Amino acid sequence: MNTTRQVDTAGVWLVIPLFNEASVIGDVVAQARTVFPDVVVVDDGSSDGGADAARAAGAVVVRHPVNLGQGAALQTGFEFVRTRPDMRWAVTFDADGQHQTDDVLAMLDKARAEDLQVVFGSRFLDDRTSPSLAKKLVLRAAVGYTNLTTHTRLTDAHNGLRLLRRDVVERLDITQNRMAHASELVAQIGSMDVRYGESPVHILYTDYSRSKGQSLWNSVNILVELILR
Amino acid sequence: MKVLLIQVILVAVIGAVVARLFRSRGARSQAIRRLGLLVFAAFAVVSVFFPDLWSRIARAVGVGRGTDLVLYALVVAFLSYTVTSYLRFRDLESRYTRLARRIALDEVAGTLPTPEPPARDEQDPGRA
Repeated sequence: MNTTRQVDTAGVWLVIPLFNEASVIGDVVAQARTVFPDVVVVDDGSSDGGADAARAAGAVVVRHPVNLGQGAALQTGFEFVRTRPDMRWAVTFDADGQHQTDDVLAMLDKARAEDLQVVFGSRFLDDRTSPSLAKKLVLRAAVGYTNLTTHTRLTDAHNGLRLLRRDVVERLDITQNRMAHASELVAQIGSMDVRYGESPVHILYTDYSRSKGQSLWNSVNILVELILR
Repeated sequence: MKVLLIQVILVAVIGAVVARLFRSRGARSQAIRRLGLLVFAAFAVVSVFFPDLWSRIARAVGVGRGTDLVLYALVVAFLSYTVTSYLRFRDLESRYTRLARRIALDEVAGTLPTPEPPARDEQDPGRA
């Protein structure tokens, strides 16, 4: 019944954490805004011209005076969109062009059809995304750990694409400034007793995103940050 | 393998340091830390006057020499210091994050064409 372009996108705010992605952020914002006009880019103390590019492309830019980390940027984005009375949904979206708006539309459809408050993107619900074997193993281990330590059942806990309803955004308080924020977010949602679901997303592993992407060593850091909270 | 007293003590102390990671800190742990420091200082003074003291304690707990015992104590003290400063650093970081976030949000609030138009939703009847 829902042909993709028919989805109502009013009140949907994209939250994009930005750190030194000047070469792509302008295009990412411009492309996203053709579908979702409301975009907030949280510039996490970038030293390149990314914030200007984002602003030129029509995004609201919130600038951290110093670099704090991606988790901190997301929380700042959440706190910003909470101040927008028209915000009904917030979408966490990556600055490097890995995510596609079509997937967000499908997530919105799903949330409305099934009356969900949160929809997580998952790379493992279909086979469009092809991470390397090593990456796949680490992501599987990560999701196993997350499912074990939180009250959730997910197939992919470390996906940056998520759809959150306003009432959920208002209750989130991400304190893990760096990479462990993804698990923290899942944990907080798991303890909130909200209706959540998963929707398949296609992550574009381009050469650019691969060169920026976190190395597998980072999973060790994430684990330590989670344990020593 | 015979378990020496020093092994029991070291494992217990290391365990206590690690356990501190998972417990919330507060006035009590701060007080304990300060008392520990006081005892440590007092002991340092005593051992200046009675250098043999370390060796005697070392023998009592099953360590060969006093210097070894000092080394073990140092390892434990360093571990404890590491944990404490990690926790303190995390605490500091979270305060400074809140400060930076406040600045960022205030800055953008001043530039927006504020009180946002609530009329937006009405033009779009989409959501059933």
